[in-house]
Amino acid sequence: MTETIEGSAAVAHVVRNCEPDVVACYPITPSTHIAEDLAKMYANGEIKKYITVESEFSAISAIMGASAAGGRSFSTTSSQGLALMHEAIFAAAGLRLSPVMCVANRALSAPLNIWNDHEDTIAERDSGWLQIYCETNQETVDAIPQAFKVAESAYIPAMVCMDGFYLTHAVEQIDVPKTEMIRSYLPKFKPFARLDPENPVSIGAYAFPADYQNFREDLHRDLIASKAKVRKAHDEMAKLTGRSYGDGLLEQYRMEDADYIFMGLGSVMGTAKEAVDRMRAKGEKVGALRVRCFRPFPGEELAKALAGKKSVAVFEKDYSLGASAPMYAELVEALYQKPEAPVLSSFVGGLGGKDMTVENVESLLAKIKDAKRHSEWV
Amino acid sequence: MTDLFTPGHRACAGCGAAIAFRQIVNALGKDIVIVNATGCGEIISTPFPESAWEVPYIHTLFENVPAVASGVVAALRAQGNDHTTVVCIAGDGSTYDIGFGALSGMLERNDDVLYICYDNEAYMNTGVQRSSSTPLHALTTTSEVGKALHGKEQFKKPLLDIVAAHRVPYAASTCIAYPFDVDKKLKKAKAIRGARFVSIFASCVTGWGVDTQLGVSIARLAVETGMWPMQEYENGEMKITMKPARKPVLEYFKLQRRFKHLTPEEVAEIQKTVDGFWAKHEAGEKK
Amino acid sequence: MMKAAISKPGTAKNNKTGDWRTFRPNVDNQKCIKCGTCQRFCPEGVMGKIGEYPEVDFDYCKGCGICANECPKKAITMSEDK
Repeated sequence: MTETIEGSAAVAHVVRNCEPDVVACYPITPSTHIAEDLAKMYANGEIKKYITVESEFSAISAIMGASAAGGRSFSTTSSQGLALMHEAIFAAAGLRLSPVMCVANRALSAPLNIWNDHEDTIAERDSGWLQIYCETNQETVDAIPQAFKVAESAYIPAMVCMDGFYLTHAVEQIDVPKTEMIRSYLPKFKPFARLDPENPVSIGAYAFPADYQNFREDLHRDLIASKAKVRKAHDEMAKLTGRSYGDGLLEQYRMEDADYIFMGLGSVMGTAKEAVDRMRAKGEKVGALRVRCFRPFPGEELAKALAGKKSVAVFEKDYSLGASAPMYAELVEALYQKPEAPVLSSFVGGLGGKDMTVENVESLLAKIKDAKRHSEWV
Repeated sequence: MTDLFTPGHRACAGCGAAIAFRQIVNALGKDIVIVNATGCGEIISTPFPESAWEVPYIHTLFENVPAVASGVVAALRAQGNDHTTVVCIAGDGSTYDIGFGALSGMLERNDDVLYICYDNEAYMNTGVQRSSSTPLHALTTTSEVGKALHGKEQFKKPLLDIVAAHRVPYAASTCIAYPFDVDKKLKKAKAIRGARFVSIFASCVTGWGVDTQLGVSIARLAVETGMWPMQEYENGEMKITMKPARKPVLEYFKLQRRFKHLTPEEVAEIQKTVDGFWAKHEAGEKK
Repeated sequence: MMKAAISKPGTAKNNKTGDWRTFRPNVDNQKCIKCGTCQRFCPEGVMGKIGEYPEVDFDYCKGCGICANECPKKAITMSEDK
């Protein structure tokens, strides 16, 4: 049953309904409302423990500790907060802990900017975390229990990424999955190794050169293998809610007979779908391809989805300064030497909240009809 | 009795920290979880696939132990475990410097954590660099003795007082050379709930330039000279738990390479500071 | 395959540190009063049980000499380990 609710509040509600043992938050725009709403629930006795940490670095550290002690744990942050967590983000994955974090995406300083783009989470793409990018608030609340399910069974921490302000502060009709439903969906967390006086182990040993690389390679392989878990978690939830988001990894929109594709992450894909509809009404063979799961990267799945297409506009709200747009580069790698690979163009835009309109998407789709390779900041 | 911190660990011969770890686990027993900071304590005890700990143990990073411990204890309590003591073990680099903010946060929240700092007055794991715990004029690899500088220019940070200012239920200092005092203070701390802090003075023979057999006696001299006061803070009241013999500080300095360069004036300057501390304390006692 | 760097408790015992030793402690039980001082202070915890005569585990003893230095009865002497 839907209710009229702010995106952030809906996230807080679904987190509560996942019955976490420990929540640790440090407020930062635009994730703040999630932290506030969870604190309100804690004040009402609806959450077992909420730690009011003194920094984002301590927030991630506390949920790492909680996870190692067998607790379901959650935090939320944005931008500078995520950047401050950077060191611990890598450690959480390397330690095979299972916290879930909702990141309200925001630009990184400098200059200071509180508005949306994906520079913050894309900068953490090498950390070993799962990353799910959501298009809508409804998808975000559905993705949180899915993230717990995958994180706690693959022993890989998970980030659910929602666009700051565009989603976090939007009030709309949302159906928040209820506790009873989540209980039937999400089994009790059993960590890979637990801090337990009855059965002591030492977690977080240091590894010599002979072992270190093996651990990193294992984490990589398990992360790639977790694609199946992401899909399964998505499909199982879809059965309960009646809502699905592509196959959990990718969402294809009017792609079947399309020649020209707009590809991207997050809420801008709602805009892209509208642009596709308008162009389709004019007889243009266009489609949209949304990467929902960016880590693990669905390279093979993308190669399959794009086989035989003429041209793709890869749109990103992030950039690897001094190099290229990360998702574009990864897509090029995924399609390298594939026989039916389309021409790939890179467009970077929407940084720090810069508008990306339906008309902007239409113009990019029009631009790639020359089937030449473009690389532009728009 | 089998130690809960086993031999085979890779500490230097004569390591004061290893003595402290034995004292800690043997005082606190099996029903604990150790949250360890990166540092000597971690690298000597847990090179994969080995561990010297017979109790549950986690190491994540250098500067975050208090926050990790807050999360561990929160999760244990949320799952119905109301008995296990969560214990941080961290050196002075982690405690006084890089993890200071996280420590303050944990203390302010009064989380149910027993924080133990083994204080050897420098970053020993990386090769003896100064920390804010390094005493005045001491030589380290980042407070060198040369034409322009003569060792560390600053006083040791008064951490115990800063910790106590958070109004935690218990804060104390002790020293590896006094095993019964260590045992008593740790057991007392264990019996209390909330944020507790115990600082254990633990010599580093390698970093201080002391003969290995003097590992314990050098720590004892720090107490006997009054350089390391043995204190307890309870309910906001500070109490001296051991009156030192007040041997001249020079007796402590002359056995250590890190103080070899001190001029008589510098020794006198430190002696004056130590005298000042004890005069102030004794005046307070007479009131 | 182990997924993360997790060690089993007490496995440091596999690492025999006795070969680090240059000097070795020699205990004279005639002088020993079983006070437990050496056993309490040994950084390795390899001097045996408190209340009994010291029994050095040379598999691990690193030869630091703290036991000899701290012994109130000078019952322990250090000699070159050959």
